[in-house]
Amino acid sequence: MTALLELHAVEARYGPLQALRGITLEVPEGSIVAVLGANGAGKTTTLRAVSGMVKRDGEITFAGKPLRGGPEAAARAGIAHVPEGRGTLTELSVIENLRLGAYTRRGRSVRADIERMADYFPWIPERGDQTAGTLSGGEQQMLALARALMSRPRLLMLDEPSVGLAPLIVREIFSIISTLNEQEGLTVLVVEQDVRIALEVAATAYVLEVGTVALSGTSAELRGDEAVRRSYLGY
Amino acid sequence: MAAFFQQVVSGLASGSIYGALALSIVLIHRATGVINFAQGEMATFSTYIAWTLVTHHGFSYWPAFVVALVVSFLGGVGIHEAVIRPVERGPRIRVVIVTIGLLLVLNGLVTWIWSGEVRAVQSPFPARTIDVGGVAISWQDIGTIAVCLLSVLVLGAFFRCTKTGLAMRAAATNPAEARLVGVRVSRMLAVGWGLAAALGAVAGMLTAPSVFLSPNMMLTVLIYAFAAAVLGGIDSPVGAVVGGLLLGVGLNLLGTYVDFVGSDLGLPAALLVILVVLLVRPAGLFGKPRVRKV
Amino acid sequence: MRREPLRALALFAALAAVVFVLPAFVNDFRAQQFAYVGIYLVALTGLNILTGYAGQISLGHGAFMAIGGYTASILMIDHGVRDIATIPLAIIVTGIAGVLFGLPAARLSGLYLALATFAIAVAAPATIKRFEGFTGGGTGVNLFGIPELTASDAPLQLFGFELDFNNWIYYLSWTIAIAGYVLAWLILRGRTGRAFRAVRDSEIAAVSSGISLTRTKVLAFGISAAYAGAAGALFAVATAFVNPDTFPVTLSIFLLVGIVVSGIGSLQGLVAGAVFIVFMPLWAQTVSKSPGAPFVVYGGVLIVLVLVLPGGVAGLIASARRLTRRRQDFPKP
Repeated sequence: MTALLELHAVEARYGPLQALRGITLEVPEGSIVAVLGANGAGKTTTLRAVSGMVKRDGEITFAGKPLRGGPEAAARAGIAHVPEGRGTLTELSVIENLRLGAYTRRGRSVRADIERMADYFPWIPERGDQTAGTLSGGEQQMLALARALMSRPRLLMLDEPSVGLAPLIVREIFSIISTLNEQEGLTVLVVEQDVRIALEVAATAYVLEVGTVALSGTSAELRGDEAVRRSYLGY
Repeated sequence: MAAFFQQVVSGLASGSIYGALALSIVLIHRATGVINFAQGEMATFSTYIAWTLVTHHGFSYWPAFVVALVVSFLGGVGIHEAVIRPVERGPRIRVVIVTIGLLLVLNGLVTWIWSGEVRAVQSPFPARTIDVGGVAISWQDIGTIAVCLLSVLVLGAFFRCTKTGLAMRAAATNPAEARLVGVRVSRMLAVGWGLAAALGAVAGMLTAPSVFLSPNMMLTVLIYAFAAAVLGGIDSPVGAVVGGLLLGVGLNLLGTYVDFVGSDLGLPAALLVILVVLLVRPAGLFGKPRVRKV
Repeated sequence: MRREPLRALALFAALAAVVFVLPAFVNDFRAQQFAYVGIYLVALTGLNILTGYAGQISLGHGAFMAIGGYTASILMIDHGVRDIATIPLAIIVTGIAGVLFGLPAARLSGLYLALATFAIAVAAPATIKRFEGFTGGGTGVNLFGIPELTASDAPLQLFGFELDFNNWIYYLSWTIAIAGYVLAWLILRGRTGRAFRAVRDSEIAAVSSGISLTRTKVLAFGISAAYAGAAGALFAVATAFVNPDTFPVTLSIFLLVGIVVSGIGSLQGLVAGAVFIVFMPLWAQTVSKSPGAPFVVYGGVLIVLVLVLPGGVAGLIASARRLTRRRQDFPKP
C-alpha cells in the first residue's frame, strides 16, 4: 500500500505555544488510521495542520504532492475534514449542508449522492428542510459526516466524532465509517478519545504525547502493549 | 379613505426603496459584521453612471439600468478588494472608518466628475395614474415597488438555489466551516460587496426620479435604510425588506396626518426608531436575540 | 526618566509661546484660519477623550457643536449676553446634552453606537429647521446686528493690548484650546482616565475591577460633549452667524478625520489634526478647483491612514522618539 498522506517532522504553533514538535506519520491509501493521546497532546492540531488551519512547518505530502495553502486548498485537493464539535453549518438546512459538501465538485451527480447518503442515514430525507442547528448532537455529527462524504473525498479526517454522544450512536457512526472503508476503500484519519473503539476500527494508530509521536503500530500491537493498556485503555 | 390608500401605496413605494438599500446593508453586515456607511454614496455614484449613459451616450433607460448594475457590482467587488479586505480581520472600528472615508471619497468624486448641480431624471414609468377601486395609484409607485421587490426576489432565489449563493451564506455565517468544504471565503465576501452595491444601485436609480439627482440624494435614504434594517433586525434579510415597507408607510402616514411631524421630521422620526429599537429590542422584529458579546 | 515631564513642559511652553506671538507674523486672513485651528483643537480634544480614550465612537459630534453654537447665538441675540459669557453656558448646556445622550448610548455597543450617532448627525439640521421659533429655522441666527456684544465694531482693549476682531477670536479660541488641552491631560492621567481606558480595552475586565460601565461612559459623553459645546460656541462667535448648514453631517465626519490624523487615543498629535481640517481644503484646491476635491482628499487620507498608519501623527511621533532614544541608549563606542 502506498501512503496517501505523509507528514514528516511537522511543527505547528499557536502564538508562543508550540503544539506540534515534529510529527511524522503516514496514512496508507485505503486504510483507517487513528491518532490517540491525552488532551493537549496535539491530536486536533495534527488534523488542523494537514488542512492548513494552523501555521505549520515541515513536509506534508498528499497523493504524492506537497500540500500547501489554507483549508480551501486542502478541500480542493480531496481532503474532507470534520472538525471537533460537529462542524455543521448550523444556520443552513440539512439538504443545504449536503449541497455545500459537494461544493468543490463540478457536477451533476449531487442529487444522486444525496440519495446515497440516505442509505447510510435514513433520517435525512424526511428532515431535509430542518435547520441543522436544531438537530440533536448525534444527528449533527452524522450530518457533518455525510456532508464530508458529499465531496467524495480521497481522505476523510474526523476529529473526535464520539464527543458528547451516547455509546449507541458512537457505535453506529464508527460502523458506518468501517463500512465506507471496506466497501468503498475510503481512507480515514480519525482522532479519538475513545481508544477502545478507535483501535477496533483502525488498522494502525499513533499515540501522541506533548506534540510528538510517542508510540505507533498496528491496532493489534497497541492493544497488546502494556503501557498503552495502562495509560489509555484502563485495563 | 381614497387619500389614505394613496398615501399607503406611495409609502410602500418609498418603503421598497428603503428596503432594498437596507437589504444591501444587511447583506454586508451578515457577511462581514460591519455597517457600510458608504452604501448610499455607492448608490448615488451608480445612479450618475446610469444618468450619463442615458443623457450623453444615447442609451435608453433599461439598458443603462443594466449596465449600471454590472458596473456597480464590479465596483463593489473592487472596493472590497482594495480597501476593505486589508482591514476586515482587524477591529470593527477600523472598517467603519474606512467606509466613512469611502463615503467622503465617493461623494467628492460625484461632485468632481458631474458637478454639484441638481439634475432632473426622467422616470422609466409613465407619468399617469391608474384607478384601482377609486384609488388613484401612480405608475411610478407601482413600477418602483415592482422593480424593488423583483430585485429582492431574484437575490433571494440566488442565495437559496445556486451553489455560489449557498457558499456565500456559509461564508457569512460559519466562515471557518465554509473554508473546510472548499469555499474561498474572501472571494465570497467580495461577491457580497458586489451584490450589495448592485442592489444599492437599484435603490439609487429608483430614488432619482422623485428627488432629483444630486450628490447628497441618498444621504436621507441611507438613514431610512438604517432605520429599516435596525427595525427588521440587522441580520435579517426579510426583516430589512419588511422594515423598509413599514417605515415607508409609517413615515408617509405620520407626515400626512400628524401636523407636528409634517414633511420635515422624517429624519428625526427615523432616528427615534433606530434608538428605540436598539434600546428595547436590539435584534429587531425578525432577528434572533443573541447573547451580547462584550 | 525624571527629566521627561520637564522636557514635555518646556516643549509645551515653547509651543504656547509660538501660539501667542503667531498673529504678529501672519496676515489677518491667516490669523483667522489659525483661530479655526484652535476651535477645531477644542472639538478634537473632546472627541478623542470619548473615542480615543473611552473607546466610544461618535460620528455625530457636529450635532453637539450645533447645540453649543445655537446656545451661544440664542443667548446673544435673544438675551443680550456678551459673546465671551455665552461660552461657559454653552459648555454647561452641551455637557448636559452629552450626559442625556450618554445615558441610553452607554447601552449601545460599537457598531450600533456608530450607527445611532451618524443618524443624529444627519437628522440634526432637519430638527433644527423644524423648531423655527427657537432656532430661526433655515435662515438661522445672524449676529451681525449686535456688534456691541462682540468685538466686531471696535477693537477690544485687553491688558493694554488692542485686539481687532480676528485677533480677539484667535486669542479667545487658543486660550480655551490650551486650557482644555491641559484639563484633558489632567483628567486622562488620573483615575478617570484609567477608568476610560479600562472600559475601552475590555468592558469585562473594567467591570470586574469595580468600574461602572454606565457611569464611565456617561461621564465620557458629558465631558466630550462639553468640549464640542465650547467649540460650537466659538464657531458661532467667530462666524457671527449660525444656521442648520453650519453643522452638516460632514462636520462630524471631518472631526473623525481629525482624530484619525492626530492618532486615536493620543493627545500629542491633535494640533496636526486641527491644522489638517482647516488647511486641507486649501491644499486640495491646488489639485482641483472642484468643490468635490477636498472631500476626495479627506476621505482618501482617512482610508490611507487607517490602512498604513493607524497611529496617525501621534504614532509617527512615538516611532520617531523610539528611534532617537535607541540612538541615545546605545552610543557608538
